[in-house]
Amino acid sequence: MPVPMNMEFFIDQSRCIGCESCVQACTECDSHKGHSMIHLDYVDRSRSTQTVPVVCMHCHSPTCAEVCPADAIKRTEDGVVQSARKPRCIACNNCVLACPFGVPKMKVEFELMMKCDMCYDRTSTDRRPMCATVCPSGALFYGAREEIEKLRPQSAPFNRFQFGRQTVTTKVNMMAPRRSPPEYLDVLAAMQGPPAGGKIPLDLLASSLFEEGMS
Amino acid sequence: MNQRKPEKISLTPDGRPLCEQPVWRQDFPIDWPEDQYVARRDFTKFLGLTSLAFVMGQFWIVVENWSRRGRGLPPLRAIAQLDEVPVGGTKTFHYPEETDPCLLLRPSERSFLAYDQKCTHLSCAVIPEMSQGQLRCPCHHGYFEMATGRPLAGPPRRPLPRITLEIRDGIIYATGIERRMV
Repeated sequence: MPVPMNMEFFIDQSRCIGCESCVQACTECDSHKGHSMIHLDYVDRSRSTQTVPVVCMHCHSPTCAEVCPADAIKRTEDGVVQSARKPRCIACNNCVLACPFGVPKMKVEFELMMKCDMCYDRTSTDRRPMCATVCPSGALFYGAREEIEKLRPQSAPFNRFQFGRQTVTTKVNMMAPRRSPPEYLDVLAAMQGPPAGGKIPLDLLASSLFEEGMS
Repeated sequence: MNQRKPEKISLTPDGRPLCEQPVWRQDFPIDWPEDQYVARRDFTKFLGLTSLAFVMGQFWIVVENWSRRGRGLPPLRAIAQLDEVPVGGTKTFHYPEETDPCLLLRPSERSFLAYDQKCTHLSCAVIPEMSQGQLRCPCHHGYFEMATGRPLAGPPRRPLPRITLEIRDGIIYATGIERRMV
């Protein structure tokens, strides 16, 4: 049974309190028991306690699947990008390097890429994903669009991202302030800012990557 | 964005429809339903061609048997002097063609054995182990009984083809090849 089309995933990064409940709950998911697929990232650890949960955004044109040489990553009809198929995955790491959001995890011990599949065993049977059931602050929310609009009158969902020259639209939505909704979110913008520890200018790395791509 | 038809959910990176995309993208679609989809016509074609291949195979076996019968008896060929092979010794030779490696074995004073050297599993060369009384294939650890050529262990299921021998005036001749299925 596919995931109902009216049920959507909303991430409100600013509400994350870094409790790691989602990370723990994710390990309880039956499709990848014992392995958490959530990345809980610190934005700038030396200056702020702000954390950001990263789950799979389920892109409309999934870059991980585009770069897969073994044809192992598939999207089901409901738009959920599934974990790599075990018989096909060759553990080449292409998807891990290509994903604009850094979602896929390479499990070397299984020679398999594993990623968040929006708890497909649960969402396809009309239950909420593990992380969304436990998040105490509502940073991860799963439900109908009307529901979130009623709950968060100040925020509006968006699903357009800019990754270098690539525009990415996703099934999963992010929440932004309603009074100044962004046209898109620049995924690489954080890399252009002042480096966290004052050590490595990350924009140098990014610009050298993209100059190479343009020539 | 979410009101698109479920079966057409993937967007191509350049946004053009799937029919305008390169053939490889149509052959390796990202969407699960398209990846799993087998057209009725393709399935029928597969069934038809596979059945045809089986039928042709049967004819090929018949023709092969018929032509083998027409080839006549294998040649008689001197392969070694009697004193050339010591007791417990071996010698390689080619029979019936120059491309067919065979093994001549002398397990005891008065007995000579000869087998095709190609393992019946995947045609690796078998190695005689005289002290164990067996022939070993190093590729996948297949073992054959030395006295009969029958498989003892490992993947091979058919015995090694036996070369029939004849000793005349102190010379060993290969007289024929005995292919067995069991």
